[in-house]
Amino acid sequence: MAGIPHDHYEPKSNGEKWLYSRLPIVGLLYDTLMLPTPRNLNWMWIWGIVLVFTLVLQIITGIVLVMHYVPHVDMAFASVEYIMRDVNGGHMIRYFHQNGASLFFVAVYAHIFRSLYYGSYKAPREVTWIIGMLMYLLMMGTAFMGYVLPWGQMSFHGTAVITGLFGAIPFIGEGVQTWLLGASAVGQPALNRFFSLHYLMPFILLGLTIVHIWAFHTTGNNNPTGVEVRRTSKEDAAKDTLPFWPYFVIKDLFALAIILAVFVAIVGFMPNYLGHPDNYIPANALATPAHIVPEWYFLPFYAILRAFTADVWVVQIVQFLSFGIIDAKFFGVLAMFGAIAVMALAPWLDTSSVRSGKYRPMFKWWFWLLVVDFFVLMWVGARPAESPYDMISLVASTYWFAYFLVILPVLGVIEKPLTPPATIEEDYNAHYAPQSDSAPVVNPAE
Amino acid sequence: MNMLRNATLAAVAALALTSGQASAAGAEIKVTDYAFPFEGPFGQFDQMQLQRGLQVYTEICAACHGLQYLSFRNLGDEGGPHLPEDQVFAYAEFYEIFDQALFDGEGDFRPATPADKFPMSNLSNAPDLTLMAKARAGFSGPYGTGMAQLFQGMGGAEYIASLMTGYVEEPECALEGEPMDGYYNIAFAAGGFPDSCKGDHGEHLVPGSWIAMSPPLYGDDVTFEDGSSTELEAVAMDVAAFLMWTAEPKMMARKQAGLTGVIFLTLLSVLLYLTNKRLWAPYKNKKA
Repeated sequence: MAGIPHDHYEPKSNGEKWLYSRLPIVGLLYDTLMLPTPRNLNWMWIWGIVLVFTLVLQIITGIVLVMHYVPHVDMAFASVEYIMRDVNGGHMIRYFHQNGASLFFVAVYAHIFRSLYYGSYKAPREVTWIIGMLMYLLMMGTAFMGYVLPWGQMSFHGTAVITGLFGAIPFIGEGVQTWLLGASAVGQPALNRFFSLHYLMPFILLGLTIVHIWAFHTTGNNNPTGVEVRRTSKEDAAKDTLPFWPYFVIKDLFALAIILAVFVAIVGFMPNYLGHPDNYIPANALATPAHIVPEWYFLPFYAILRAFTADVWVVQIVQFLSFGIIDAKFFGVLAMFGAIAVMALAPWLDTSSVRSGKYRPMFKWWFWLLVVDFFVLMWVGARPAESPYDMISLVASTYWFAYFLVILPVLGVIEKPLTPPATIEEDYNAHYAPQSDSAPVVNPAE
Repeated sequence: MNMLRNATLAAVAALALTSGQASAAGAEIKVTDYAFPFEGPFGQFDQMQLQRGLQVYTEICAACHGLQYLSFRNLGDEGGPHLPEDQVFAYAEFYEIFDQALFDGEGDFRPATPADKFPMSNLSNAPDLTLMAKARAGFSGPYGTGMAQLFQGMGGAEYIASLMTGYVEEPECALEGEPMDGYYNIAFAAGGFPDSCKGDHGEHLVPGSWIAMSPPLYGDDVTFEDGSSTELEAVAMDVAAFLMWTAEPKMMARKQAGLTGVIFLTLLSVLLYLTNKRLWAPYKNKKA
């Protein structure tokens, strides 16, 4: 098995040997759990566990909700109220599921920005990154379709807006939109297929999670220094790492417990704070809400979608050059998907020889500006499309693209990075006194 | 997350992604931050207030509005008005509901039982009130940050009470133009609005708009057996509290579960913190 050298599973008893020669599943689990993990990982490396936990939480609460939910345009809204009022514990299950989506996105954004700062996307972890981006897209699709199911006003009109984006594709748009909805307008066919896909996609996510983990178990974890674990010998590797179990499992569980305490407080005390009130009004095709606002986690990209209006000169030039095929609406759609695409291309856009942002004095500033930019986009995405918000969203959207398309490639050339430590051991010992040569405590949790 | 019903075309603008839309952002609505007993993590419904609110609903609101997601039996629930069982039966019998199963499938009216739901409204312009307190919680300013909701507990109950007390005299600007249909209300955003009260850029110069519903409460509309105040504001708050309960009947149980969960998880974090510290101790000889 490729990867960092370490002790592999050896079947001992006859029973173990019997199974091992037929199906080495215990060995697979053992090697996965005992993966040598850089010992200098900081607290930003806990989000993976949070994400796995949330996926499982969503699947379990979701399965229970499906037992009571009715995917019919005349009954969906009432069936959710039935869950909230008459199903035992239904109100908690539903609120956990509803707010679980928010927890999911908090964790995924933290996870993504951690990767962007520490250069986790760079070689040799591009495949991990690309799979992660696919998972993020899938998550957004799942969350969007789940939001449709309660069949409230925002569900209904949000669906019209989002499927309308595909309607903006030149020539084939209308056909694509009809194909997606299964009808010319949002209705029963759309509700049925979104329900079906909302149930299916989390399981694809689960599969991709395994591939994602497989990929970074092959390359090894990145770490705050961006320096690779030494693979020269088992001894060298052991100086840079500690096994995932128990050291990182316990650390991650500790972080998870704190995050869940906050999460449970939100579910228990203010479960509707993050949602839109209009979704407590049953869907009505004839009454369009004054503002159609997506959930908070879509807002940054929603802002980018709305930013490029017909009076922006870039849009006008593109429209002219494309003989009017790419109009402002389609440009906005391209910009929204492009914003994620440029992020996915980060491994090839970042030209710096140093991986971790810790040792990149100029990069740091641009990175934190990107984080601020993200929050500005999130805020402006919920504001009406009028002055001064239109200008703010245009500037903020432009920076998003500039960061990936201009700043990342140029910085690698003009920046003089600091020298990272030679090994992870060196970095770790700079914070904690070096180990004595005696063997570590065999059973430290004793 | 926004001023909910700003009379603006933003939604359409978002759809069309066109520029130069006339921006007609409405003036703010005036919502008062009433202090309800159920606000905050430890807030609880006041059972007597819910019962008074039920009385106000029954005597006034129910003439036009329904509560289609609420069952009569819920009135006996703990964490709600908690009426005694015989009163729940007696209350339900006041209502006539249409039962399709009667009269050999032809259907007929019969008195309601606790198992039935409140009837829905027969009037197309009288929306159902069951979820109103959750559906009208969207004025979480300032600037859409939600801070008013987070720190002051501003929500749908405040909106409902403000709407009840929000009927004031028409502003002078409205008298200049065509007479408006309906009644001026400073807490209502989705109604008609006269051009004569708009500024140069279409912005509203006075809060609120014109609502079709005539003022339902004036003060002293009901008599409470417990001798509680029947002033307009007090009655408005009672019915707002009741509608908060109809929207969120499990709120007390939810907060209790939340508190238990937070305490349990806090304890668990402490234990995991200590475990983690112990576990890593051999590898972390902190530099002196």
